[in-house]
Amino acid sequence: MKLLTGNDLKTGFVTWWTGADWSLHIEDAADVGEAGEAILAVEEAARRVNAPYIIAGEQTADGPRPAHIKDRIRALGPTVRPDLTLKPADPAAGDWVI
Amino acid sequence: MVEHLQADGEEPCVTLDAFLDQSNATAVRLESDEDARALIPFLDRLKLIEVAFPKFRDGRGYSSARILREAGYTGELRAQGDVLVDQIGYLKRCGFDSFAPEKSLNPADVEAALSRWPEHYQGAADGAVPIWKLRHG
Amino acid sequence: MYKYDEYDQQMVDARVAEFADQVKRRLAGEITEDQFKPLRLMNGLYLQLHAYMLRVAVPYGTLDSRQMRMLAHIARKYDRDYGHFTTRQNIQYNWIKLEDAPAILADLASVEMHAIQTSGNCIRNISSDQWAGAAADELTDPRPWAELLRQWSSFHPEFSYLPRKFKIAVIAADEDRAAMRLHDIGIQIVEKDGAHGAAFYVGGGMGRTPMIAPLIKDFVPLDDLLSYTEACLRVYNRYGRRDNIYKARIKILIHELGADEYRRQVEEEFAHVKSLGIDPPKAEFDRIAAQFAMPPLDASASDEIDRTDPDFAVWVDQNVAAHKVPGHAIVNISLKPIGGIPGDASSAQIDLMADLAEKYSHDELRVTHAQNIVLPHVRKADLYAIWQALDGAGLATPNLDLISDIIACPGLDYCSLANARSIPVAQKIAQRFADPARQRDLGELKLKISGCINACGHHHAGHIGILGVDRKGTENYQLLLGGSGAEDVSLGTITGPGFDEDGIVDAIERVTDKYLAERTDGERFVDTYRRVGMAPFKEAIYG
Repeated sequence: MKLLTGNDLKTGFVTWWTGADWSLHIEDAADVGEAGEAILAVEEAARRVNAPYIIAGEQTADGPRPAHIKDRIRALGPTVRPDLTLKPADPAAGDWVI
Repeated sequence: MVEHLQADGEEPCVTLDAFLDQSNATAVRLESDEDARALIPFLDRLKLIEVAFPKFRDGRGYSSARILREAGYTGELRAQGDVLVDQIGYLKRCGFDSFAPEKSLNPADVEAALSRWPEHYQGAADGAVPIWKLRHG
Repeated sequence: MYKYDEYDQQMVDARVAEFADQVKRRLAGEITEDQFKPLRLMNGLYLQLHAYMLRVAVPYGTLDSRQMRMLAHIARKYDRDYGHFTTRQNIQYNWIKLEDAPAILADLASVEMHAIQTSGNCIRNISSDQWAGAAADELTDPRPWAELLRQWSSFHPEFSYLPRKFKIAVIAADEDRAAMRLHDIGIQIVEKDGAHGAAFYVGGGMGRTPMIAPLIKDFVPLDDLLSYTEACLRVYNRYGRRDNIYKARIKILIHELGADEYRRQVEEEFAHVKSLGIDPPKAEFDRIAAQFAMPPLDASASDEIDRTDPDFAVWVDQNVAAHKVPGHAIVNISLKPIGGIPGDASSAQIDLMADLAEKYSHDELRVTHAQNIVLPHVRKADLYAIWQALDGAGLATPNLDLISDIIACPGLDYCSLANARSIPVAQKIAQRFADPARQRDLGELKLKISGCINACGHHHAGHIGILGVDRKGTENYQLLLGGSGAEDVSLGTITGPGFDEDGIVDAIERVTDKYLAERTDGERFVDTYRRVGMAPFKEAIYG
């Protein structure tokens, strides 16, 4: 599957394209197929995302997961500071990242 | 003199090579990778030197401008190409006195950019008195 | 230390206003990211892996307690309660919102700080010896010259769009604590016939093509310091390569031209530049130098240290250095607790260090290129109280220059350029060698980790260096031996095939075991390596 990601222009937070909007949570990400470039052009011009790009991902039982380690770390947060990730209360949250 | 539009009847710039071949031209265009020092023997007869900025990140033209001004050139020195409002102040300090941006600039933004800095730390080609000199009179 | 006058203040204030305007235009869509990027970078604002990252300049690593407290305040108010001290004596915040950046810069300006030119293809923050003004071995305090260069390079109209970034370091001692020869320009203040001058080393750097800067001029009269620097930069701005970002640093230009030809061009340019009158008069240097005058230290203070507490004694032996005034010492605060993140400090820790500086160190702190903090002017009689306060805050790890005092870049946990994580490797190595007696037995051992070839973690200059690479989507770590960023500067050599995260820790242990087996009396690790060469270590690592 193909996923769209970037950072929110104002906050810089990592965001994922849901098919209709941007979400902080990788679980909300939608497979964009071949439509990625067109969506990015519109969304970047509308300043709803900054520095967006298309990545390869895979669908798992827990939701979409980026293929590459860099985007897996982006999806959750720094592996060395679990308290700063999106799921600080869940010690197993990062098990799929590395 | 902030933004320049080519006036009717203005002599078009020739390339550096063409200028060096037939130096009765009075307007020359210097590409960013060309050596401004090649023009030093001819500065008296030049009325316009246009310095190319193919990309705003290409900063060679800043040195070209200072070299020309430091050699005594007093004619028009024009920055042409990818010239953006946020570079205007630096360009002016290096000796440019006219600008031919590919995309036109908002005059109010240009005015704000040029009046942003009350003083300057270092001497350059614009005659501004550096801060160290202000401190010591 | 240097205090802004009205001119300095109006410069940073104008910059805050300019950047506020640029952010406003970006958020309103008047400028594109492509146009905005170089503008935000010149204000130290990157877009990193998780958010915007702001790099705040700490000129030549010197701070007072009010400034240090502001760094803590920014961490609390705008970030996630911590900051990361860097190898260029700066501090980075990892979770900054673009819309907050103008307010942060305004807060910084209120304490005479800024983020000017902490990124971008311009002259970066001038770095220096973290013990400047206090070290027993220095010729003079190099910081007045660094401040002169800071002002000259700030908003330099000709050198703000260089081929690539440009880093300058200034030192004034033979012992090089600033990796001077691994800078684009390294300046050492030297003495000749009773006069001080500047030795110029130009064209050093790390990155993917590491080079040690050759000596370009052995003695530049200090009256010519700025003219000579300007000449060095003008030659680079005109002829440095712009066709390939990886070949754009000045080291490549000098390598391609040869040091002699570069020197000839600089001399020719200098003969012209000197006539422009860009060097300030001595009165300006004197004005700056007066502000770096040694604080009023009591030279009759006791030289005795009560070493009754054994843990304190260990810390004194490892982390306290000689001061030029009797009865005083330089305290090095390690930001490398075993298992911690190298260079990170919480806002509470930053505040505590500010308090200690105010109370015990004449209001002064330093940031070191090894990502530690220094209290430069401390009475020996106060060392125990300082150590107790540090110990209570997790800041008394006695490991300065030992194997767990690791330089590490943020790596793939934070950095969008990284190929592999650096921090977890640093943590595992520190844990493997956690026993303080074992570390002390190994002696001075500078271990440096970079998460990509850009070498922000100085891996080329580590006695032991580690380079993280991406091997088909998994993290892999190459091992280097024999580098140094000090006065015995050298570049490390790769041992051979790389390792995974646990494998690299094992490999390092085989290297240190081999060192212990091979060393003769008084030899540091790097001395043994230089004497016996790579072969025995390679044999120990790979069998």
